[in-house]
Amino acid sequence: MHVKTTTLKTSSFIANTKKALLAGAVVATAASMTACKEEAKSTGIEPKLYTDSLFAVMKADRTNYTKFVVKRLGPAGAGVIKPDEHWQDIENGTLLPAQMFRAGAEAVAEMTDEFTYSLQSTWPINKQNAPKTDIEKKGLEYIVTNPGENFYGEENLGGVTYFTAVYPDVAVSDACSSCHNDHKDSPKTNFKVGDVMGGVVIRVPINEG
Amino acid sequence: MNKLIWAFWLILSATIAGYYAYTLQYAEDKSEFLIGEATHGHFQIEMACSACHSEAFGGEDVLQNTCTTCHADELKQAHDSHPKKKFNDPRNADTLEVLDARYCISCHTEHQKEQTLDMGVTLPKDYCYHCHQDVGNNRPSHKDLAFDSCANAGCHNYHDNRALYEKFLIKNADQPWLQDIARIAEASATHIAAEKAEQQSGLPDQFDLVAHQQRHPEITKHWQASSHMNAGVDCAGCHQTNSIDDTRWITNPSIKQCENCHSPEAKGFKAGKHGMRLAQQMSAITPADSNLDFHEQTAHQQQSCASCHGAHEFNSEYAATEACLDCHNDVHSLAFKASKHGQLVSNEDLSHEETVSCATCHMPRLEKTISGEKTMAVEHNQNRFLRPNEKMIRPVCMQCHSLEFSIDALADTTLIQNNFNGLPGKHIPSIDWAKQRKQD
Repeated sequence: MHVKTTTLKTSSFIANTKKALLAGAVVATAASMTACKEEAKSTGIEPKLYTDSLFAVMKADRTNYTKFVVKRLGPAGAGVIKPDEHWQDIENGTLLPAQMFRAGAEAVAEMTDEFTYSLQSTWPINKQNAPKTDIEKKGLEYIVTNPGENFYGEENLGGVTYFTAVYPDVAVSDACSSCHNDHKDSPKTNFKVGDVMGGVVIRVPINEG
Repeated sequence: MNKLIWAFWLILSATIAGYYAYTLQYAEDKSEFLIGEATHGHFQIEMACSACHSEAFGGEDVLQNTCTTCHADELKQAHDSHPKKKFNDPRNADTLEVLDARYCISCHTEHQKEQTLDMGVTLPKDYCYHCHQDVGNNRPSHKDLAFDSCANAGCHNYHDNRALYEKFLIKNADQPWLQDIARIAEASATHIAAEKAEQQSGLPDQFDLVAHQQRHPEITKHWQASSHMNAGVDCAGCHQTNSIDDTRWITNPSIKQCENCHSPEAKGFKAGKHGMRLAQQMSAITPADSNLDFHEQTAHQQQSCASCHGAHEFNSEYAATEACLDCHNDVHSLAFKASKHGQLVSNEDLSHEETVSCATCHMPRLEKTISGEKTMAVEHNQNRFLRPNEKMIRPVCMQCHSLEFSIDALADTTLIQNNFNGLPGKHIPSIDWAKQRKQD
């Protein structure tokens, strides 16, 4: 008799402890989930500001490379370097501005997957750089028909949702427009300095699928 | 009764599991786990499981790491047309779902010998079409070409297009099929090895060199005629280790001793088919281990530096042709001596650089930077420019021939069989098309 009462007390004690632990776990999980979300909201950067800032750096670096390296030291200037698609195979060869841009994107991809960027155009020399996704097509069209404006959207690729921004890629120098106009694979041959020649597409994953 | 069956099943399962666990962990011969024979590229090292399967779990990324350990340098030097970094952008997500070009094993799956085609590719020949199906839109010349002919028509390679890209074709068009000065560069790497040799430790004082030489007159004679003697490399240079404290005599020096001075050559050797087992710390390969055709007499000769270069003569002219023909017994090798190239070797008026030996094509002399110095060294990885054979065009064929002639000759399988004994039977129009586009 005595044993039975003790067992009952113990078992109910255990049951109550279990309930308390379970309840506590549920509360803690809920709190941490909501708490984390709130934390992100309060210290995060708007995707638009994030990609605008990234684009500013990309544009600055490439403009400088085009003006101070390609134009100044290339065939149109001192003639000591030869910007060429196959720069690795010629003496004193160096990357074309678009290749320098892509090399940057590839190097970034090796360091982080928090964002990716690429150069696309409706008039690409290499047809693999034509717009592929719907957002790219829409964005490239938008920046050409609305000079001075950027395009922002969202898309889902490979199960991941991205915030996608498309920025106009403007011909900052005649090194850009004349080379493309003279290239036998360029679909458009009347670019002028200041024209939108293509678009910089920056993608930020905003939701893991 | 039931309990008995359960017990029996338990013991049986435990025995089987225990046997395989033991084999996996401790056994030298893990052939039980080979799900299929390895392909011609890797069969030599198929027992070195950890060469590719370096970790137990991790999937594609582990395998990708081990692929790059051996193959990344060559791909980098080849200016790989389809490097992994080309496919990292998420815009490629839907094409990668069909063919994930970021991983070597997507196209080069191992252990499936029955479906492995040329170059170790385990895909049907139309793999280019998936991404490049619209090439006809921008290249009218390509419109009517077969959809599975892109990478095997002698015009394009997936990885190495150094001799095939458009600007190169145009730049090297309209050259005579045989150049006025047709010769390869002289090798100069050995002088760097010679400098290193002077720093070798000598023999111990109590060693009577003269008496030792008198006991081995033949060997001494060979050595005295060799470049090692000229460079000041005495017996100790090969028969002892590099450290001054170690006075052991090594009866049969291995590649480790040669490597002390000839490290670029040793590195190349271990990257190729003759030495890849040595790179995995396995025993050296013998011809008998391979599926190719070899002479009976030399079938059990273990391959190392001495097997081609001799132990004391170090005759590099012998190593360039006769050493190969002593073992290799296939159609191409047997046709060499009678071929146009082979007849140059028997012409005594020509210098070594004006003749074409096996090594001229299969172990070309390349400009390498060794210890900061630019030098011409012999590439000892005989596989580096072998397949696809367009890789040979720039370092080998174009030393003497035009680009057009080289492309045509390498695309003619009959010519390869008879070791280039005649003119190319087919013409690859790549240069003509490139010139046409330039005009348009």
